Amino acid sequence: MGSYLVRRLFGAVPLVLGIATIVFFVLNLAPGDPVSIYTSPTVSPEALEQMRRNMGLDQPVHVRYVRWMGSMIQGDFGVSFSRSQPVLDVVRQILPNTLVLSFAAITLAFLGGILIGIFQAVRQNSGVDSVLSVVALFFYSMPSFWLALMLILIFSLVARNVWGWPIWFPASGMTSVEYSFLSSGEQFRDRLMHLVLPATSLALVLAAGIARYTRGSMLEVIRQDYVRTARAKGLPERTVIFKHALRNALIPVVTLLGLYLPFLFSGTVFIETVFAWPGMGKLVVDAIFARDYPVVMAGAFIFAVMVVIGNLVADVLYSVIDPRIRYD
Amino acid sequence: MTERPVGGGSPGQLAAGELAAGELAGASVGGAFPVSEAGAFGAAKRRPRLRGGVGLASALPGLPQLLAGRVASGGYALFLWLALLALVAVRWERVVAAPTGPLDHQLALLTLVGVLAVAWSWAVRDARKGPEPLPLSRSQWGLASRAFRKNRTAVAALLAIVSLYLVALLTPFLAPFDPAFQGDLVTTRLQAPSGAHPLGTDQFARDVFSRILYGSRVSLSIGLIAVSISITIGTLLGAVAGFIGGAVDSVIMRFVDMVISFPRLILLITIIALFEPSIFLIVAVLGLTQWPQVTRIVRGEVLSLREREFVQAGKALGFSRPRIILRHVIPNVLAPVIVAATLGIGDTIVLEAGLSFLGMGVQPPTASWGTIVADGRNNLLGAWWISTFSGLAIVFTVVSFNLAGDGLRDALDPRQRS
Repeated sequence: MGSYLVRRLFGAVPLVLGIATIVFFVLNLAPGDPVSIYTSPTVSPEALEQMRRNMGLDQPVHVRYVRWMGSMIQGDFGVSFSRSQPVLDVVRQILPNTLVLSFAAITLAFLGGILIGIFQAVRQNSGVDSVLSVVALFFYSMPSFWLALMLILIFSLVARNVWGWPIWFPASGMTSVEYSFLSSGEQFRDRLMHLVLPATSLALVLAAGIARYTRGSMLEVIRQDYVRTARAKGLPERTVIFKHALRNALIPVVTLLGLYLPFLFSGTVFIETVFAWPGMGKLVVDAIFARDYPVVMAGAFIFAVMVVIGNLVADVLYSVIDPRIRYD
Repeated sequence: MTERPVGGGSPGQLAAGELAAGELAGASVGGAFPVSEAGAFGAAKRRPRLRGGVGLASALPGLPQLLAGRVASGGYALFLWLALLALVAVRWERVVAAPTGPLDHQLALLTLVGVLAVAWSWAVRDARKGPEPLPLSRSQWGLASRAFRKNRTAVAALLAIVSLYLVALLTPFLAPFDPAFQGDLVTTRLQAPSGAHPLGTDQFARDVFSRILYGSRVSLSIGLIAVSISITIGTLLGAVAGFIGGAVDSVIMRFVDMVISFPRLILLITIIALFEPSIFLIVAVLGLTQWPQVTRIVRGEVLSLREREFVQAGKALGFSRPRIILRHVIPNVLAPVIVAATLGIGDTIVLEAGLSFLGMGVQPPTASWGTIVADGRNNLLGAWWISTFSGLAIVFTVVSFNLAGDGLRDALDPRQRS
């Protein structure tokens, strides 16, 4: 297991470097001069030249590439053009926000999706099963940004302004304006309330796919002989479903974790934009519009690394759940 | 909204006799799923006798078939006939002016006449045929088409997709207003749905219903063209990688691995933001970033096909490599590719909407579903109809593609066929 992990980690290195290379060349060979965005047209050519030199843009592409790779390996992503701050510091402030959102979403999605999938499989072909299947298909087909807008409309705007519900959820940001004046208990509650809508809109789309997959996988397992044996020896239905069937049904579901990660990070781009959530997705989108190359490169690179790590985690989990799988 | 496991629909086990017809299988793809009914499966089941026959069919095409219980084909033909005639009656001036009008009006007229002609001639010829045993095709595509037509949900979804594309083509006749037409900014701005504006108006007093109709042209054609690009590249590269193997295979597949593990949206917005956003750029970029998934599927299939007798026979007969790949290998991997393409169009439409929503896709004032959702974002509570209805159009379209794709997968996968 240990040597397998090491081998996988080393295998991921060229992958990650290749991705970084693609990002670098796409950004640097594209038209558009980042310097001209940050200056007014009246600035003298000498000053522009000076700025280029400060940003390292006066060097030929291959020199910049080697330099960029060299410093990146040491964890230095350069200085953000638009924020005049080391990219690493920016990322360090912002990455945790995205991780909180993604973890909340993926936990909700897997818990909800698996439970619904089990429920559907146990009551296969009943009315509830087909209703849930239709509902899941609709959520599965929804653009996450539209779902987010609809959740805001219903649970934030209409709930507060029209129906006058006692509980409504904030529609933007991570904290309220008066956050720093709240007690620590209220601060936690405030953060949680702000997390509900973004996490739910990310999770619902994922959960729909997971439920579909779990249902199929459970249905296959429930027909197996060892499940019949478990029932025949008089085990309670709950034990049969959750212990004997579920553990085996989950094996293929775990691979979804790796498959859904790129999907999840794409989702955060929209959700963070809609909810003004200060995370990596919003950072990258803003940086692209500002032609802030170092931030874009760092962002794309970090997303790719997270996907690679996620795939690795999925493979490791796979062997934890299914002891028959041996990696040597 | 890009990554989705596309389960292996494969033409896997086929009877030996059908494999010899590898070249034929490719030729029949176009006509594999005619919009006709007949749930007849098994031996020569007789067509139900049509009441009214040719006379009734030429007046109301589809009605005899509908009365004989063939709901999908008869009902749809009748629906098309009545709906399009009603459209001609309501929009008579536009239809008459179309031949000298702009290109999209001419196209709409062509579609209108074409669909009416097809519906009518199909119904009359079908009614004339009378009760005779249905020909039973035993080819791979014949079996698949019969399995597909037994799946009512999938047939309904396919008809919904056909209708959506017809609506997109007929938009110049259907839309009550021009998509860029601004009413009186003071009095007709942000109006709730009403008789004059069925889905309300937006912040520039434009009719939301008309904008959604015009948006369907952009969204649906982007989906179709981008997926055509990606499956063409993906199938060719996958077939080459799987068939030739060796260094070619590893270079292609390592590149595929790299692109797949990269969050596609980030790559897309990076590329798009560096150039001027335009529809052509979106189509090109969406098409050129989706093929790795297809390549992976195709390569897997080709690896097993490569060793099969009919490919060996082709080699023994001295066929060139391109000929074997194009005419013997690719027709046999088309089944999973068609499934992936159907599901891919839905994904692409969602992705295009997302890019337009972020302001990196179709640029205003051109209407696309994503830009309309974005238009409504600032006025969510006051004018909920703008975002809600345009989003529902996306959901309806993508649900149709997903249902049709699932149906195709079930129909084309012989391992699931009993």
